[in-house]
Amino acid sequence: MDLKAKILSLVPEAVYDEKGDGMWTIPAGKFHDFAVALHHDQALKFDFLRSLTGMDWGEEGLGVVYHLESTEHGHRLVVRTLTKDREAPSLPSVCDVWKAAEFNEREVYDYFGICFVNHPDMRRLYLRDDWVGYPLRKDYDDSEEINPLRMSNEVAKDDVESFDLQPDGSIIEHRKVLFDNDEYVINIGPQHPATHGVLRFRVSIEGEFIKKLDVHCGYIHRGIEKMCESLTYPQTLALTDRLDYLSAMQSRHALCMCIEKGLGVEVSDRVKYIRTIMDELQRIDSHILFFSCLCQDLGATSAFLYGFRDREKILDIFEETCGGRLILNYNTIGGVQADIHPNFVHRVKEFIPYMRRNIQEYHDVFTGNVIAQHRLKGVGVLSREDAISFGATGGTGRASGWACDVRKRIPYGVYDKVDFKEILYTEGDSFARYMVRMDEIMESLNIVEQLIDNIPAGDYQLKMKPVIRIPEGTYYAAVEASRGEFGVFIESHGDKTPYRLKFRSTGLPLVSCMDTICRGGKIADLIAIGGTLDYIIPDIDR
Amino acid sequence: MEIKEPKIKSMRYNDFKDNEYLEAMLKELNANGTNVVVGCLDELINWGRSNSLWPFTFATSCCGIEFMAMCAARYDVARFGFEITRNSPRQADVILVSGTITNKMAPVLKRLYDQMADPKYVIAVGGCAVSGGPFKKSYHVVKGVDKVLPVDVYVPGCPPRPEAMLYGMMQLQRKVKVEKFLGGINHQVSKKEYARLMERDLNAERDELNVEQEKD
Amino acid sequence: MFDFSIVTSWIHELLTSVMPAGLAVFIECVVIGVCLMLAYAVIAIIMIFMERKVCAAFQCRLGPVRVGPWGTLQLFADVFKMLIKEIITIRHADKFLYNLAPYIVVLSSILAFACIPVNKGMEILDFNVGVFFLMAASSIGIVGVLLAGWSSNNKYSLIGAMRSGAQMISYELSVGLSILTIVVLTDTMQFSEIVERQADGWFIFKGHVPAVIAFIIYLIAGNAEVNRGPFDLPEAESELTAGYHTEYSGMHFGLFYVAEFVNLFIVSAIAATIFLGGWMPLHIPGLDGFNQVMDYIPGFVWFFAKALFVVWLLMWIKWTFPRLRIDQILTLEWKYLVPIGLVNLLLMVMCVVFGWHF
Repeated sequence: MDLKAKILSLVPEAVYDEKGDGMWTIPAGKFHDFAVALHHDQALKFDFLRSLTGMDWGEEGLGVVYHLESTEHGHRLVVRTLTKDREAPSLPSVCDVWKAAEFNEREVYDYFGICFVNHPDMRRLYLRDDWVGYPLRKDYDDSEEINPLRMSNEVAKDDVESFDLQPDGSIIEHRKVLFDNDEYVINIGPQHPATHGVLRFRVSIEGEFIKKLDVHCGYIHRGIEKMCESLTYPQTLALTDRLDYLSAMQSRHALCMCIEKGLGVEVSDRVKYIRTIMDELQRIDSHILFFSCLCQDLGATSAFLYGFRDREKILDIFEETCGGRLILNYNTIGGVQADIHPNFVHRVKEFIPYMRRNIQEYHDVFTGNVIAQHRLKGVGVLSREDAISFGATGGTGRASGWACDVRKRIPYGVYDKVDFKEILYTEGDSFARYMVRMDEIMESLNIVEQLIDNIPAGDYQLKMKPVIRIPEGTYYAAVEASRGEFGVFIESHGDKTPYRLKFRSTGLPLVSCMDTICRGGKIADLIAIGGTLDYIIPDIDR
Repeated sequence: MEIKEPKIKSMRYNDFKDNEYLEAMLKELNANGTNVVVGCLDELINWGRSNSLWPFTFATSCCGIEFMAMCAARYDVARFGFEITRNSPRQADVILVSGTITNKMAPVLKRLYDQMADPKYVIAVGGCAVSGGPFKKSYHVVKGVDKVLPVDVYVPGCPPRPEAMLYGMMQLQRKVKVEKFLGGINHQVSKKEYARLMERDLNAERDELNVEQEKD
Repeated sequence: MFDFSIVTSWIHELLTSVMPAGLAVFIECVVIGVCLMLAYAVIAIIMIFMERKVCAAFQCRLGPVRVGPWGTLQLFADVFKMLIKEIITIRHADKFLYNLAPYIVVLSSILAFACIPVNKGMEILDFNVGVFFLMAASSIGIVGVLLAGWSSNNKYSLIGAMRSGAQMISYELSVGLSILTIVVLTDTMQFSEIVERQADGWFIFKGHVPAVIAFIIYLIAGNAEVNRGPFDLPEAESELTAGYHTEYSGMHFGLFYVAEFVNLFIVSAIAATIFLGGWMPLHIPGLDGFNQVMDYIPGFVWFFAKALFVVWLLMWIKWTFPRLRIDQILTLEWKYLVPIGLVNLLLMVMCVVFGWHF
């Protein structure tokens, strides 16, 4: 099936731009119907919205770039749509086609001011409601006078705006009620021991049952994407470690891969092996921390400490080679910072059997416990269709039966050369999500075991030019981070700084499906679900 | 009676940095003069307070993970008696601000600090809390938590190692030991200021303090 | 066997010889009250220290070691700090109830604490319906918890207090049933008599099957009664911040904190008294020489050893298992423990009637 021909038959005005990864431009008026066709047409079936990026193209206008993929056929597509209006820009919303669009479009509204028509809840996602201006626009004025540090408490609103398209083409603004007057609304967070960071939920409960949940993000929004627009490419690397700090290696790997893709360089085999091994060690580290935090949230504090004890062994290995425990600063453009330490291979080979024994201990202490099973089984079921529609990748998606592992879909590093299983469970409940990650630790140990003795000799860093400029175009690269697909989208206009750098967050889809899967559960279940979805807030808020 | 330099078990006085700050505090303390009874009572109470600083569970980003590692078995902050982390601000003594504070989080942090019971302390952990850290150029980051709260100890690092955080707690212990407790630190706000704050709260209650509005 | 009534009668004679009987009794009451408070405080300090060290041992770490030799002075530092911490008054809270709540919890705790016989002749409250009084007194604590949650004017506290109230009221039933099982075995409710009758073997051995089942039910229910271990949902740290005592600071919070640990000790002490013989040494009927040797160890050593053993057992359970959800807690009680307890009671009655016990 020729994708190009099919798209031109759906929308004859579509224009294809070949620079970089290639991108289709669809006019805004036809976009919603085009999106519906992309999703429902049997030959196309683009059901996975990988990434939704707002863009400010200056003279060309404001717009959105969509990265789509079909889980059934495997083909991928990049489309964009834009509007020239800068005063009151509006585009059609696609959240009725892909549920992932709900939060992503709110993010675009927050950053660029684009209103999405027919979106049920058009509020800012990260910034305060009284913020003036749209930060990621190119003409944004970030002086202190316009947006000073406001110390007043934000009053939580109980109703939201939404813009609906009427049949005659006009757009009217509605106010939709979020919480009724007589609902018992409690506030969980932003400072809360179990939200894994600063996330705020407003939960309407009836006795112990949750009727509705509203998520407030943005308490750790550091404006990384805007900062990157004024940093050179090597400088942007420093910030990725601090996004999802438990996927530090993998996030930086993604950014380096994207920049190397743009430059068209291929790293040496040694670097690929080292990057793969480090990624897998980071994955084991993250999953052990997942186990520890889940146990602590559910009350088994001793298991928390056992997990941290084992995690320290990995941190020792990291520290010897990279110099850091949590913030590693290891991957660079074209290679890695320093060659692996002489002790590295030996220590990793010691660690593998040690960890295999201790995983058994974790299963004895926690997994087999009848209380833990009752707390987790059947709690918070996420169906496969919902998982794909929300874009909930990672352990969560695999627990719902969706084979979303980037290492198998789009192999990078040396993943095509190693033999490992993709762990899939079909129940989609909290216990399945937990077991997916425990089994993935074993698989990661297998991968490391296969690679550790065969690291080829070679350079650990390619010779790069002193000033790095990527040719014009758009580039996207993704890795399987500990929590899901972490993607980096760069649009370059040939400068030494990126024109737009977007990180496809692993946690935002997970948080957006909290409302769907928590309804009908109890408050205690909210904690178990949040713990098993395993999101890291700085990754959501960027 | 002369109050002497603060002692920390198994660490020498000269192993610590910034002794000048404490020496200045000590000079001021001894200049005011205290009689023997009050001085001994002060020392006893300060001994109690410095060995029982319960942290508040507050972490926004990466430094929080190092805080958790500090509470874990290898570094074991329980040896000092600090392992009881309280979740309610009213029961905690020290807030270790770990992680970046953003503009949206700043009023929440101030509110949590206000809810803490006196005597309370603040330790700014990590580059982001000290000065904004790697995110100094951002439009949404508070450039240092001391713009919002009065900070007692700064622990730099990105993230600081758990040993560094323990060192920061020990520096705080030393600071607590030379405080003049009776008649000193509990009066952090003057009477006039207190009356003004009460007035403001009563008048602005509905809007600013986010008390649930009465629905009719 | 050292009999403490030697000391008490000596003091009584001394006092009545120099002053009228009424005044002597009054002075004795005051002295006993003061000793009770002191013992309460000392037990609280020992329990909290034990918790921190035991918890550390299970988690492969050290626990407090720096403050005093082996960390023994750590609790005193905590007490000093707690005493001088500011007591925050909440503006919209019901002031009287808010201030009253911790004292009610401590009151019920002290009343229950006073019932336990520590040595032969060393009981404070010992009358013929001792068991009945103990259960009634420990129920007063529930009122304190509910008051604390309600008067704090805080949604979290309210949810925590409601959960705690439901849980404590439910598990009172199971505690009562398991104690009743032993009261059936020995036809007395007076604590000193209960201990005396275990001179020829502890009830857990004499009552074999029903007594063992009652012991297990008592441990589970007692744990839930004091909001510890897998049943600490009301103060579940990772869910509701700090539950019903979120809004308390300073010494008020200190009272809640102390009452929790002393309640744990009381539950263990009652288990030790009723099932494991209290201060009675281990006697095996028939082995007189062995019994003589056991008698050399004083009663209070036996008592504390047994009580602390049960405390250690309960701490082990707390630090291993995750928490149960509130509906699971209530299901466990009403659908499992109460029916089993009732059947067990019936079993024990049959054992007593047909003489199937030792």
